[in-house]
Amino acid sequence: MNDQLKHLALEAALGRMSRREFLGRAAALGVTALGANSLLASAAKAQGAQKGGTLKVGLQGGSTTDSLDPALATNQVALSVIRLWGEPLVELGEDGGLVGMVAESFEASADAKTWTFKLRSGLTFSNGQSVTAEDVVATMERHSGEDTKSGALGIMRSITSIKAEGDTVVFELENANADLPYLLTDYHLVIQPGGGKDAPDAAIGTGPYILKSVDMGVRFVAEKNPNYWGDLGNAETIEYVVINDNTARVAALQAGQVDMIDRVPPRTAKLVDRAPNITVHSTSGPGHYVFIAHCNADPFSNNDVRMALKYGINRQDMVDKILNGYGSVGNDSPINSSYPLFVEAEQREYDPDKAKFHMQKSGYEGSILLRTSDNSFPGAPDAAALFQQSCAEAGINLEIKREPNDGYWSEVWNVQPFCTSYWGGRPTQDQMFTTAYLSTADWNDTKFNNEQFDQLLIAARGELDEAKRTQMYADMSTIVRDEGGLICPMFNDFVDATSDRIDGWKDGVKGHALMNAYAPLKMWVKA
Amino acid sequence: MNPIVKLVAQRVALSLLLLLMISVLIFVGTMILPGDVAQSILGQSATPEALANLRAELGLNDPPLTRYFQWLFGALQGDLGTALTSGQDITAAIGSRLSNTLFLAFWAAVVAVPLAIFLGLLAVRYKDRWPDKLISAVTLASISIPEFLIGYVLMYLIAVKLRWFPSVAMINDGMNLWQKLNSIALPVAVLTLVVLAHMMRMTRAAILNVMQSAYIETAELKGLSSFKIIWRHAFPNSVSPIVNVVMLNLAYLVVGVVVIEVVFVYPGMGQYLVDHVSKRDVPVVQACGLIFAAVYIGLNMIADIVSILSNPRLRHPK
Repeated sequence: MNDQLKHLALEAALGRMSRREFLGRAAALGVTALGANSLLASAAKAQGAQKGGTLKVGLQGGSTTDSLDPALATNQVALSVIRLWGEPLVELGEDGGLVGMVAESFEASADAKTWTFKLRSGLTFSNGQSVTAEDVVATMERHSGEDTKSGALGIMRSITSIKAEGDTVVFELENANADLPYLLTDYHLVIQPGGGKDAPDAAIGTGPYILKSVDMGVRFVAEKNPNYWGDLGNAETIEYVVINDNTARVAALQAGQVDMIDRVPPRTAKLVDRAPNITVHSTSGPGHYVFIAHCNADPFSNNDVRMALKYGINRQDMVDKILNGYGSVGNDSPINSSYPLFVEAEQREYDPDKAKFHMQKSGYEGSILLRTSDNSFPGAPDAAALFQQSCAEAGINLEIKREPNDGYWSEVWNVQPFCTSYWGGRPTQDQMFTTAYLSTADWNDTKFNNEQFDQLLIAARGELDEAKRTQMYADMSTIVRDEGGLICPMFNDFVDATSDRIDGWKDGVKGHALMNAYAPLKMWVKA
Repeated sequence: MNPIVKLVAQRVALSLLLLLMISVLIFVGTMILPGDVAQSILGQSATPEALANLRAELGLNDPPLTRYFQWLFGALQGDLGTALTSGQDITAAIGSRLSNTLFLAFWAAVVAVPLAIFLGLLAVRYKDRWPDKLISAVTLASISIPEFLIGYVLMYLIAVKLRWFPSVAMINDGMNLWQKLNSIALPVAVLTLVVLAHMMRMTRAAILNVMQSAYIETAELKGLSSFKIIWRHAFPNSVSPIVNVVMLNLAYLVVGVVVIEVVFVYPGMGQYLVDHVSKRDVPVVQACGLIFAAVYIGLNMIADIVSILSNPRLRHPK
């Protein structure tokens, strides 16, 4: 590697040079942004990272009924396990950019309808087989087939054909989509030998670790893959322990039985942080807690009723009391500053007078039934009670019905006209809107149907001019904010904690909790 | 025929009949659970064709009676079917979970049963004096506090502050017996506290009952020490109620510890059952139900037989 480039990377890693400046100078030296980004990441890690040791992680969300099949992964535990043994074509960088994994580089045709991914040469799966373009194609086919149960199906629908050409894979899209590489960072889409068609849950991939012991919903142990191509992964052994009980998870960290946990309850996070050997990390993300009203059901079919409810909610109060400050206020749009092309819009405030005005204008006088349950989001019944009180000041009568946790996602959410829920968010605006706000989306849980919105969404996908796209997304956010059925009071932070036995945490990494679930791989055990 | 053998045979036959009836109840109970099994497996994306295919595959179209007998004969041969969610063989999966649960229950019993009986004897010896009152107060307090709270308190004091024992009681095949015991120390302590009071109070009450008898007075007049009277003369005659309550508590240690399993992250049957109930994995729920019922009935049967054997009047009927 060029010595000058190495020097630049180190400068940038030490913070003496901004990332943008580094990328610019690297480009001048003839390095693509993709290569430069990964260079930067490895330079940052090189200072101080120590190899070896055992790193133990306590995670929430696993169940004995889980599967190792990446297509069926739905929770943080499954995601974290996939990170160990598998890799997608490309991955989100720590700053929200893209880093090549199985693919070394990629390029789009001018109309953004054809995308070509060049595979890294000499890659092998952990069973010794070489990675071929056919494996990539088969993987994509498995997640897009007619009878697939893959969680990535929604993403794959827009792809019309995938072909292997030598060491490249060519994606043909139905409509232009400038975001395709971002979509392919989805954690379900890890490349498996033969696409995993024969053995979907074999957990064989190109990842930095190899699973040694698997006990579903209980414990996973992985050891460093000696043939891994990159330098990801510091600890020799990584152990995941599923600890679903909040108090037990925090206690395990305090007692030194694990080095890292996810989902520290916001209520006790400040207390946990006070311990001398523990640091709590709060990362803002795209996840949000919501009240969702069906735009096609009475009385919510009247936009004035929806507006009345949007003005009748005290957002700051909820951030303070439900999230204990570990979050930020929402603005009735699913998009916040964690998205790449975000534009700040005017913040909607709690205004009982305006709420009263809209309610009177709508002519609706009855009470409104809000359904909630403990598992719709942490503190949902309390949030519903706060909403009830703030609405009462505007003369709106909110009735709360507590539903059982069991069956909430099949009987209440997406079925009943008004209920509490949460969204984990997606890496790009396009994906978030496509998943839940396009009129034909499977998970359009507000039954939002706006022609202008749908047209903008399709048009934005093919728009390669970033300024224009930014404006389009801003317009779409505004439409959802002013006409949608989404009442979004707050974006919840990921609250994770680590002990002082390990080092290497980075703040502000985008994606999922625990540094996009890479913290166990990127952090290291202090010698 | 020896009357004892006859009595025992009767008990065993009755227990088997009871188990059969419970198998019917479990089967009917899981059938009337709300929600269609096929629907809950396929979730939101279910198409009518896929539902029909899955129903046929699971044999949901057969009449219930046929399904019941298929299930029962399978269970009798040790084949509990396959889990709907993971497709794994249930017998194999339950095997390791059940052995973990029995391991925890065994060690909790090894600590709790002798301790409870000893404390009971001690309480009788010092009846209405301060040792009696202290023992009763402590054990009754520990049974009155919810077990998860005792778990959290012990976890905070012993695991987090003192760091004597781990807070996560995770055991696996790679550990030797000593490591396993170290790992389950806290849950064993909590379980002991939870079951202690019941057994201790019953021991105390049963022995006090016998202590009113004339032959105890005779023993006293012979000049025996009071602890010897309790141990040699009163205790053998009050074994029957004590064994009953001990067995009930043992059964609880096997089937009722899901909260402890969650708090201490112990990979036992309870957590396994709860995970599958929430996914409507009916074959697993049925299998767990059957095993739990068998444990309860089996332990109660043993209690019955022991009380028969310990009672001379039943041993030598006129």
